[in-house]
Amino acid sequence: MIERALQLFVNGLMAGSVLMVPAIGFTAMFAVLRFPNFALAAHMTIGAFAGFVANTVLGLPAVASLGAAFLVAGLVGVASDAAVLRPLRPAGALTVAIASIALNIVLENAVRFGFGNELRDYDLPLLRDWSLGGLRVGPQQAENTALALAVMAAVFAFLALTRTGKAMRAVADNPTLASLKGIDSERVARLISLAGMGLAGIGGMLLGLDTSIDPLLGFRAILSVFAAAVVGGLGSIPGAVVGALAIGVAEELSLLALPPTYRSAVGFVAILLFLTFRPRGLLGERAV
Amino acid sequence: MVNYLIAMATFAGIYGLLALSLNLIWGLAGMVNLGLAGFFAVGAYASALVTTALAWPIVLGLIAALAAAGLAGVALTLVTVRLREDYLAIVTLGFAEVVRLVALNETWLTRGADGISGVPGPFRAALGAQFNLAYLGFVLAWLAIALLLVERLRLSPFGRVLRAIRDDQQVAAVAGKNVLAIKLKAFAIGAALAGFAGALYGHYTSYVAPDMFEPLVTIYVFLALVAGGTGNNRGAVLGAFLLLAVLEGTRFLAGWAPGLSGAQTAALREMLVGGLLIVVLLARPRGLLPERLPAPLKP
Repeated sequence: MIERALQLFVNGLMAGSVLMVPAIGFTAMFAVLRFPNFALAAHMTIGAFAGFVANTVLGLPAVASLGAAFLVAGLVGVASDAAVLRPLRPAGALTVAIASIALNIVLENAVRFGFGNELRDYDLPLLRDWSLGGLRVGPQQAENTALALAVMAAVFAFLALTRTGKAMRAVADNPTLASLKGIDSERVARLISLAGMGLAGIGGMLLGLDTSIDPLLGFRAILSVFAAAVVGGLGSIPGAVVGALAIGVAEELSLLALPPTYRSAVGFVAILLFLTFRPRGLLGERAV
Repeated sequence: MVNYLIAMATFAGIYGLLALSLNLIWGLAGMVNLGLAGFFAVGAYASALVTTALAWPIVLGLIAALAAAGLAGVALTLVTVRLREDYLAIVTLGFAEVVRLVALNETWLTRGADGISGVPGPFRAALGAQFNLAYLGFVLAWLAIALLLVERLRLSPFGRVLRAIRDDQQVAAVAGKNVLAIKLKAFAIGAALAGFAGALYGHYTSYVAPDMFEPLVTIYVFLALVAGGTGNNRGAVLGAFLLLAVLEGTRFLAGWAPGLSGAQTAALREMLVGGLLIVVLLARPRGLLPERLPAPLKP
């Protein structure tokens, strides 16, 4: 029993670190653009399929294909934001959120139109699980965790060290003050769409590397991504990291008591609990 | 062909009820409900279970649907009503997914993916072939009653407070209105109405299954309401009938596109619905029948 719980805990940390990547994208976009962008799900799918094409058609190795996942999902994110969401911003955050759901349906079905509904696999070598002191660890999951941590480190370095990263934090913190200081908020909005949806794309591909991909890949994960962002505190990037790990572990540990089909309900319960007792999340700003 | 039109008009009436529900919650009170499909499902299952497993009369099923969906609405609003509106969006979206999960997995109650069949329709045996036409009348009568009631609400002092909350919650609170209680009521009534629509749906098709309540249903209703005119009850009903016309029209268009697989034509139709919602939001955000505020009272 304890051994099983420990195994699930380790699995949860690995799953949570993959979840972290799209959760950072979601919460970063929320911090700057001030609306929940539900089209994140379709961008995860788009990234997974872009990586799939790079991997199986162009023959790139999986790690290089992640670059394709970032670029394609990020560029689609910028384009769809410019065409659909930005013109609606004056109408209010909720109108934009509704439009983002419509956008999600359009993009998800564009992928379905091109690739169909069947499951597809990346071209990966088959590897035997490692066994470490009674715990089993899949090499692919371990690699995904390492990649996700590298992406996270890159995001933190970017925000802390570069001029653009500082500008993003300034706009997230206080848009009026940022524009008084001469920061071009439209440029920051474009960049955050590129980076946020690019991260969603990477996250989608990392999820797919673990299993297989189909057009619903992003939608199935979206509740966990929201939960990670809300538990960590909507708009807080360190929060998204902590929240994703917590949700990943909670989802795995739920297997001790619940059938696996209820995994994605764990995120919803976590959202309800946090909104009731600690709405600003673990590391978040005010939620009112 | 006549039977087909009758069936489509019945579905349009049910979507009209959903659009009225959304208009109350979103159009008048300014609260977002992205889980409409979930409330629709809760109502459909509540009524189906009460009338099949317990074999109670349909009237009690309809009441159970109103109560179950309304209570679910109260519970969700209670959690988020003090927070920023974005949270209600996330919670309602999650709610619809969890309802579907429960319907799929609690086989002892809902029979899982197989769904509940044999849901009774009112006087189905006695009416025989006339059942469909009679049920259309039944649905349209409820649609008319709901339209009247929601319109009464809109024109009442309660409706005025709803608009005040929608436009500026703080001002409404400063004016001494109990914003939380009023939002809770509006959401509960709206959710109950969506559940009622679900019950009518189940008793018509005599069958209820999880895949009837995909998130796409919510998008359909948003499209109907925004196209008809957010804030306008007649617009909501008009939008629902237009929605059905578009949905069914594209079914015929699919015949013109040979060489596409079934999945591809289905994908194209969904893209069209999502795309239309975006186009309407961008090009005609006030809809075909824009909201008209009631004239101020003469002193």
